[in-house]
Amino acid sequence: MKKVIIGNHAVSWGARLARAEVISAYPITPQTQVVEELSEMCADGRLDARFLKVESEHSAMAACIGASATGARAFTATSSHGLALMHEMLHWAAGGRHPIVMANINRALGPGWNIWTDQTDSLSQRDTGWVQLYCETNQEVLDTTIMAFRLAETVDLPVMIVLDAFYLSHTAEPVDIPDQDAVDAFLPRRQARFKLDVSDPHAFGALVRPDSYMEMRLQLQEAMERTRDVFDRVEVEWQQRFGRRYGAVEAYRADDAELLLVTSGTITSTARFVVDRRRERNEAVGLVKVKMFRPFPVERLRALLGGARQVAVLDRNLSPGRGGIFSEETRAALYDLPEETRPAIHGYVVGLGGRDVTPTVLDEIIDRTRASAVPEREDVWVGVNP
Amino acid sequence: MREIRFHGRGGQGTVVASQILAAALFREGKQVQSFPAFGVERRGAPVTAFLRMADSPILLRCEIREPDDLVVLDPTLITATDVTAGLKPGGTILINSASSPDHYTDLTRRFRVATVDASDIATGHGLGSRTQPIVNTAILGALAAWSGWVALESICAAILEEVPKRPEANVAAAREAAAALRRAAVAVHA
Repeated sequence: MKKVIIGNHAVSWGARLARAEVISAYPITPQTQVVEELSEMCADGRLDARFLKVESEHSAMAACIGASATGARAFTATSSHGLALMHEMLHWAAGGRHPIVMANINRALGPGWNIWTDQTDSLSQRDTGWVQLYCETNQEVLDTTIMAFRLAETVDLPVMIVLDAFYLSHTAEPVDIPDQDAVDAFLPRRQARFKLDVSDPHAFGALVRPDSYMEMRLQLQEAMERTRDVFDRVEVEWQQRFGRRYGAVEAYRADDAELLLVTSGTITSTARFVVDRRRERNEAVGLVKVKMFRPFPVERLRALLGGARQVAVLDRNLSPGRGGIFSEETRAALYDLPEETRPAIHGYVVGLGGRDVTPTVLDEIIDRTRASAVPEREDVWVGVNP
Repeated sequence: MREIRFHGRGGQGTVVASQILAAALFREGKQVQSFPAFGVERRGAPVTAFLRMADSPILLRCEIREPDDLVVLDPTLITATDVTAGLKPGGTILINSASSPDHYTDLTRRFRVATVDASDIATGHGLGSRTQPIVNTAILGALAAWSGWVALESICAAILEEVPKRPEANVAAAREAAAALRRAAVAVHA
């Protein structure tokens, strides 16, 4: 069934088709419509789940952890300050290896108070142990939400689906909504390996001394390493059943490109438009879209970006005192390439706090990169008022 | 690709108008993208919504700055805000107004203008209140009659699909507004 729906409702549909059993959430703009729709689905019986309206995002994640520990499929959604308030519990979810799925609508952190898109909220949670998957279209949002449960429950890690405020959350476009039976065949009920069970008591979250903590962290790291391959397998199966696939990293018109843009989120779509126009003029420009940020797809990026003359990384985020976060990660990933295949990496900070990233902005980035043999600075800010 | 901008006030159903039109065009096989101006809306305050339609997938994910067409749900916005900002030369403006297009000479010099009294039609069908009629479905009916790029039947089917409260009354309002606009067009050409 194809319907014209907003990105927030694509998330709701994904959680519903995945048959989430416990949904615990606290409203925040621009996420609220996700759980508003889910609460209606629960109220009128379209979704058989326990909906918990809690008093804060910290409690929302705590309730998801408790539910997940009993073996239930748990879901929540949040944004910006809500995600920041969850921070402690995010570590708990990952360290406890709870396969919770959460949608985060990228929104800037204040002050200055701002409800518009900016990736710094999710990227600030980089080191919590959550898998992070960024989306470009509402179809990708719905598909990724369902795949996220399969992925999470295979590697025993929580997964965050990330989408841009307004450019996806409040934008309506056609989405192919899969049949429940087909989704059930792809995603059977969760079979938890360990769970809270009064007839088989275990302790969860006990003190772990220095003689075992490192092994637990190593297991977490190894689960992250496995996630790259497991995600590919999950996507292959999704493609076999539903005909769509995205890739942890996607190359677009990248063959023989001298300049490659590296993008994530909705900037990718507008960048495809600009790349198409440049190709019509026989300019060797392509793009690489990064969907998976954690685990970072280091080998894929080396394979795709190695050999290009120049790479321009676009960051709608900021680590103050360092710069764009995707460009920093990309530089580190490519550092070990032999010098003859290692591209010059130009970082650009754009679109913070929802500032529009138009074809004009992207054209400026392409022109400035091509005009500089070496990067002007590590990060150039584009579209900033003088 | 065609780009349309809606101007209304909070409570008139401006954002829903762009979503109903998107659903109608999608029924006709178009690719569509509909979104509100990204802000914090309040009842009575100016609200803007956008729609892109195309035959191929829509790649642009940025705001619409140079629309082809405007739909104005509240005529007081024409003097209160710069509704024609960026409108392409020769673009169209459909206004919810009891006055004839001749009343808007400043606009008719540069653009193609049509009017329909959507407030009166919506009130007649009991949509909203007399002071705050919900005019979105009526003006979409008029748009179908005037534009030539979306069928009235698609609008009516989309209303039945998208409007949860009193969908039949909304369809009747759309049909009446379409008929009113056709009559006005005949009068102009006569």
